Amino acid sequence: MTHAVTEGSVMLPAAEAEQGAGVYNEKLGMWIFLLSEVMFFTALIGSYIILRFSNPAAWPAPGAVLNIPVTAVNTFLLICSSVTMVKAFANAQDGDQRMLRIWLVLTVLIGASFVGIQAFEYNQLIGHGFLPSSGLYGSTFYTMTGFHGFHVTMGVLCMIYVTAKAFRGRYTPDDYRGVEVIGLYWHFVDLVWIILFTIVYLI
Amino acid sequence: MDWISWMLPPGASTFARDIDWLYYLILVITGIAFVVVEVGLIWFLVKYRARPGRKAHYTHGNNTAEIIWTTIPAVTVVVIGLLSGGVWNNIRGRESVPADAIPYRVHAQQFEWNVTYPGPDGQFDTPDDFTRRNQLHVPVDRPVVVELTAEEVIHSLGIPAFRVKQDAVPGMRIRVWFQATTPGTYEIGCAELCGLGHYKMRAVVTVHSQAEYDRWLGQQSTIAASQ
Amino acid sequence: MATIAPPVEHAGHPLVDDRSFIRKYIFSTDHKIIGIQFLLMSLLFLLVGGALAMVMRWQLGYPGRPLPGGGVLPETMAPGGVVLPEFYNSLVTMHGTFMVFFAIMPLLVGVFGNYLIPLKIGAPDMAFPRLNMASFWTAVPAGILMVAGFFVEGGHASAGWTGYAPLSADPEYTGVSAGQQLWCLSLIILGLSSILGAVNYISTVINLRAPGMTWFRLPLSIWSLFITAILVLLAMPILSGALIMLLFDQTLGTHFFLPAEGGQPILWQHLFWFFGHPEVYILILPAMGMASDVIANGSRKPIFGYHSMVFAIMSIGFLGWIVWGHHMFQSGMNPTLATSFMISTMLIAVPSAIKVFNWLGTMWGGSIRLHVPMLHATAFVAMFVIGGLSGVFMASTPVDIYIHDTYFIVAHLHYVLFGGSLFAIFAAITFWYPKMFGRMMSERLGKIHFGLTFIFYNMVFFPMHQLGLHGHMRRIYDPSIYDFLKPLGGLNRFITISAFLLFATQILFMINFIGSWFRGRKASNNPWDDTGLEWTTPSPPPHGNWPVTPRVYHRPYEFSSPLVEEDFLPQDRELDTPPARAGSAPGH
Repeated sequence: MTHAVTEGSVMLPAAEAEQGAGVYNEKLGMWIFLLSEVMFFTALIGSYIILRFSNPAAWPAPGAVLNIPVTAVNTFLLICSSVTMVKAFANAQDGDQRMLRIWLVLTVLIGASFVGIQAFEYNQLIGHGFLPSSGLYGSTFYTMTGFHGFHVTMGVLCMIYVTAKAFRGRYTPDDYRGVEVIGLYWHFVDLVWIILFTIVYLI
Repeated sequence: MDWISWMLPPGASTFARDIDWLYYLILVITGIAFVVVEVGLIWFLVKYRARPGRKAHYTHGNNTAEIIWTTIPAVTVVVIGLLSGGVWNNIRGRESVPADAIPYRVHAQQFEWNVTYPGPDGQFDTPDDFTRRNQLHVPVDRPVVVELTAEEVIHSLGIPAFRVKQDAVPGMRIRVWFQATTPGTYEIGCAELCGLGHYKMRAVVTVHSQAEYDRWLGQQSTIAASQ
Repeated sequence: MATIAPPVEHAGHPLVDDRSFIRKYIFSTDHKIIGIQFLLMSLLFLLVGGALAMVMRWQLGYPGRPLPGGGVLPETMAPGGVVLPEFYNSLVTMHGTFMVFFAIMPLLVGVFGNYLIPLKIGAPDMAFPRLNMASFWTAVPAGILMVAGFFVEGGHASAGWTGYAPLSADPEYTGVSAGQQLWCLSLIILGLSSILGAVNYISTVINLRAPGMTWFRLPLSIWSLFITAILVLLAMPILSGALIMLLFDQTLGTHFFLPAEGGQPILWQHLFWFFGHPEVYILILPAMGMASDVIANGSRKPIFGYHSMVFAIMSIGFLGWIVWGHHMFQSGMNPTLATSFMISTMLIAVPSAIKVFNWLGTMWGGSIRLHVPMLHATAFVAMFVIGGLSGVFMASTPVDIYIHDTYFIVAHLHYVLFGGSLFAIFAAITFWYPKMFGRMMSERLGKIHFGLTFIFYNMVFFPMHQLGLHGHMRRIYDPSIYDFLKPLGGLNRFITISAFLLFATQILFMINFIGSWFRGRKASNNPWDDTGLEWTTPSPPPHGNWPVTPRVYHRPYEFSSPLVEEDFLPQDRELDTPPARAGSAPGH
């Protein structure tokens, strides 16, 4: 279903400007910001790849230290939260305030659960003596997943903010920028996790 | 007059020949570029200074000029690059270390150089090996290969007279070779910040004639054997 | 001769400004105020960086002698005023750190990115004004943390501004613990500030250009700031990642760069320089762009080869990503890899050469006004050429064996960063000061400051080429330890005295800067007869910049155009001879 945006709408770039990216400022800004995030995770993941290929012996077999089943469930949850985010976005476009709020709240809850389960995981691992100082494996595991977790946490906080605004009726079919923009960030964070889950847990 | 000299101090290794030659080539090329550009700049400033009644020449550029001053620098740097690549390969290339190079081990640590000699048998990890602090003795006109290691932080073996410089990295064993051409003593300095004693991480390399070297080596092993 | 057409009605907004003092000047979202905030902060750090260098130079000129007034320094730094070797290493580290991250980078990107972008593209402000404010106020705690490092136990970071591991990764190797950690933390926070700024600049240039301001009508200052912002966006996060890993090695027992459990010291170098090389182009591109603006203005001619200049900026921005290994030729890296870096490094000389020749082409046939900005911009070209040419020596891998980590490198980097960037910054400050503060700076004081700075600057840094060629290593506390360096004591002393004179000369700039703010002649809208959009609004511009969005009709730098009687044609001036449609005539 196409969602026509009326001329002069804030969802379009400013009329009184030379042809730019063709999207409104906030969306452009978020895409650009996400590029910087790609570079940040590239530094961490790139280092991991280099260190691992130089020291394959320092890596235990998948599942020997980390809990793959629990983390797999966690991964599934995060993917679900992207689905709820998409639903929220669709409802913002349609103007269904009630469904928008429900889907946003669900996204917050699932996102927070992800972080909670991750924290629980860390607790277990530390209890078993697996620390950041546990060789290269520990160094790379905690740094990559830790910073991803930090990004999810920041995302959850922003999501709470957007949800609060949604409860105040801030988003309409004429202006749902906040929902779209946090959605972009959220999907990015999910994508990074899928990559991390694969290369850190499964391989 | 050192303070205006662009000459390099005398070199005492086979590397100095190639490296110094490359340096002087680049000096001439960049020197010409320097003169052309700076003189041109000053000349324009004088010739085209604002004067009443004279308007500036309105133009947006010239494609021919662009092509010329893109091509000439590009060709020049590529040529310098190719010439440099050849020299680099002789110094650092995979096959560059001569097969008959005398082996040494140099272990860099805060703040000294520990030089281990294989002794008269020429083999490491045999009883006639010995280690000396901050003294490297080599025979003249013979290739020498150093296996460079570091204890804790990155150091860098710098022997300016030989045009030698190689970082010593903890966790790595790096080979660096050279061939001295002139007997005498030359200084070694650390060329990578390594802590508060970096500035005094000085050592001396002594280049002996073959006969003197053999004598020295004999003496050292006697000392080592008696310890 | 064309006459000015009557103004066309555009959608406008009234410029009512009812903000409180705090909202106007402290927590301001106005890009112009934020730019000036960055200016004041950066000039302060420029002074700090310079002062640190003076102490370094004292030790190098008079090794082991008590620094005059050095008694004020604590025993841990300079007992009896004699600089300690560990303090010397901190000085070296902090001079580089403050100058690169807290002076030159914010002066170019934070100040002029903020100040010029909206004004020169015809926008009322940045795309994200509140994010802009956040960007500045994030940089401030970063600066405070960096200064704090001097006051913690163990002293400040002392592993060089390049922070090589393992030296930087384990306090045992330097005796510095908290200082090195603060160094990492401060730069991580500063990185965030820079990244937020980059998001703003890029979004603004893409989406907020006024009608008629097509990409190829952007002044080169804006092109260069735009490309620089992309470099900042993509390079700073790499540094952040590296610093986090270093901080974890220092504090959490990780082993990224410590070899004991398989960590790799060289990995730090790769990460640092993968950031570090784009960083140095961040430090020169805006300088080049602004110099172009000033040189066109001073020569009363369009920039020669505008499109080539844009292409050169883009090439430098792109090639800058594939040369980082040239900082690591002697690191133990694979020699074949080193050769590939040599090739790319040689190639990057080409776009820089193109720019130099185009600047000369701009001056050729001009009607050159040697106002203070033009003096600095010309010096920029002359000094940048020296810095660039010296780079060819080190690009050659075998020659680099000899000159790596010597004062030849120090000479090179100061010729591009001071001779290049700082002179361009002086050009930019003196050029845009009237717009920023509504006052003219003193031309006479400006010329004296320029002349003395130029002379003393060359007296300080040119002989460093000689020091390096003689084999003088970098970062050494007392060169006289080495017999082969003893003869250079006189030259070191000469450099030291010249440095003191250079530093003292900057007082003239400070007097001019501060004095003109209060007592300078009031500035008109367009004191330099320039063509840029910023000169079509009052000095200083009101909040929102224009009551009516400007409309752009011309390329930048239309000086001495045959279409008008004056020797400049502002970009927003509509001529009533029917203009060719944008794009139909070559380069309009």
